[in-house]
Amino acid sequence: MPAPGTGAGSGRGGMTGSTRRQFLLGGAVAGVGAATAIGADHALNTTPSTEEASVPLNGQETVPFHGTHQAGIDTDAQAHGLFVALDLLDTTDRDDLARMMRILTDDAARLTQGSPALADSEPELALSPARLTVTFGFGPRFVARAQGEAPGWLKALPSFTVDRLLPEFSDGDVLLQIAADDPLTVAHAARMLLKDARSFASVRWSQQGFRRAHGSVRPGTTMRNLFGQVDGTSNPAPGTADFDQVVWNGEGWLAGGTSAVVRRIGMDLDKWDRLDRGGREQAVGRFLSNGAPLTGTNEFDEPDFEATTPIGFPVIPEFSHVRRARSENPAERIFRRGYNYDDRPAGGAVSRSGLIFVSFQADVARQFVPVQTRLDQLDLLNEWTVPIGSAVFVIPPGCSEDGFVGDTLLTGKQAPQ
Amino acid sequence: MNNQLTIRQSKTQSKTMTASTSTRLGALLAAAALALAGCGTTVGATDGGADGSASSAGQSVAIADGWVKAAGSGMSAAFGGLTNSGSGDVTVVSATTEASSMLELHETVENEAGEMIMREIEGGFVIPAGDTLSLEPGGNHIMLMDLTDPLEAGEEVAFTLTFSDESTYEFTVPVKDYSGANENYVGGDPEPEMGDADAGADGTGTEG
Repeated sequence: MPAPGTGAGSGRGGMTGSTRRQFLLGGAVAGVGAATAIGADHALNTTPSTEEASVPLNGQETVPFHGTHQAGIDTDAQAHGLFVALDLLDTTDRDDLARMMRILTDDAARLTQGSPALADSEPELALSPARLTVTFGFGPRFVARAQGEAPGWLKALPSFTVDRLLPEFSDGDVLLQIAADDPLTVAHAARMLLKDARSFASVRWSQQGFRRAHGSVRPGTTMRNLFGQVDGTSNPAPGTADFDQVVWNGEGWLAGGTSAVVRRIGMDLDKWDRLDRGGREQAVGRFLSNGAPLTGTNEFDEPDFEATTPIGFPVIPEFSHVRRARSENPAERIFRRGYNYDDRPAGGAVSRSGLIFVSFQADVARQFVPVQTRLDQLDLLNEWTVPIGSAVFVIPPGCSEDGFVGDTLLTGKQAPQ
Repeated sequence: MNNQLTIRQSKTQSKTMTASTSTRLGALLAAAALALAGCGTTVGATDGGADGSASSAGQSVAIADGWVKAAGSGMSAAFGGLTNSGSGDVTVVSATTEASSMLELHETVENEAGEMIMREIEGGFVIPAGDTLSLEPGGNHIMLMDLTDPLEAGEEVAFTLTFSDESTYEFTVPVKDYSGANENYVGGDPEPEMGDADAGADGTGTEG
């Protein structure tokens, strides 16, 4: 994402004026005297037109594509996320990778700004970007084919005892994270990108995820997973130095990039149903109502792991997810940006649901692996969850308007500042 | 009922940087050449007039959103929006590229049997002053009649247009995979075929 102060800022500023009017009109709908609201609207704007007074469409919102970092990481998570992993064809060499990334970058740059891709056979579907972002990642084989220097952590995660990994949800040479507030936008962007990738790579796996629909909850609200838990409270906040330190890598061609761990976590909702509310809260160490730690009242209160019950047990149990995920080492933190999934059930079951766990961190080995190792050893939530897919990707930095994603790896170009 | 207020307020607080866009499809064709690498990059224009007049056709015309269809051998076609920003009409009389030994300027018309066919346009492409000529699948296009090498997705191809005042305009466009643009071609030589394996889905006539 480009630094604040680029075009996005003026767009945001421009919205404030109309926002006031929408509030007034919204109030009218909600029962405030309509005549009063209309009168106020006239007072604010002596020449109101129907067009100006209408609610701004979220479909017209865009997230800048070019910049130091790729979009879709520090972007407030959109409602719909599609994760597609590609396998490179055996014939795809370094030059082909550059051609592929030029084409895919151009597609993404246009589509995210609400313009059709070149040779877009359904151009009308591109006209509602709805905060579309396309984020590219590279697997180990991509970097090897590019004859680039791979970070040491760019490999499959160590085997965890809880893992029951399926090849159809694991690994891959290219990651496409395609996210927007509109599922039709996501589908069209995916179709366009995958058509253009077809000469170079084939689809290995695809995972479709969702959060709350746009407008259901306030933007920035921590998501809930299908266990009903508030999921992601301890994330560093985008735009802070803390976030930058946790997420962005500063080394070589990867400067401005990061890593993505994508794990498919099956959630046994039937077994979870048998656990009462108190047990559920003990398992995670947070209240279900608002995600506050069992020692606090508000979501973002710091958990107090020293607090004990009158009979001397820790209020936040030793086996709870929040206790086990927390490290004494401040370096061992990650930024989570996952999505729920709810597949078609099979074999007489009523659900086949879970979480597409997605985390971004500067260094997988230093940040992610220690946390997951602790959770593998002990985390009561493991009783109801099972990892069934796992993949690690390097996320290259963003690109400038005359570059393409991956150019620092494929052409030695300097990353945009 | 307070949701309206809540949503609107929080929107302005959102950390995500967003900007409104009001892009309309029609406006895209008239847009200036994009700055993206290799996408309708203007290479140069020459002033063909011997008298060195202020604005030759080659200096007035620019392409936006240009691309050429990938093909293994045989025929292909190039598309995009050619905008004439000059004060007089211009006429494209020919096109050249190293990618094909022969090019034609094509229009797509309905024949007596009611089929859409493409054929070489008589007199070239006229672009009125201030107007944009859309070269698109199913419509006008620049036909590459005989590729010298395979055109692979992501490559860039340079073209030179020559106008009736003998000025020229050079540009490069990227190669894209595309399954359409398979209109029937009625021309002097019916044999060459578009190189794509999937290009001849309807099996009628010669693809191009």
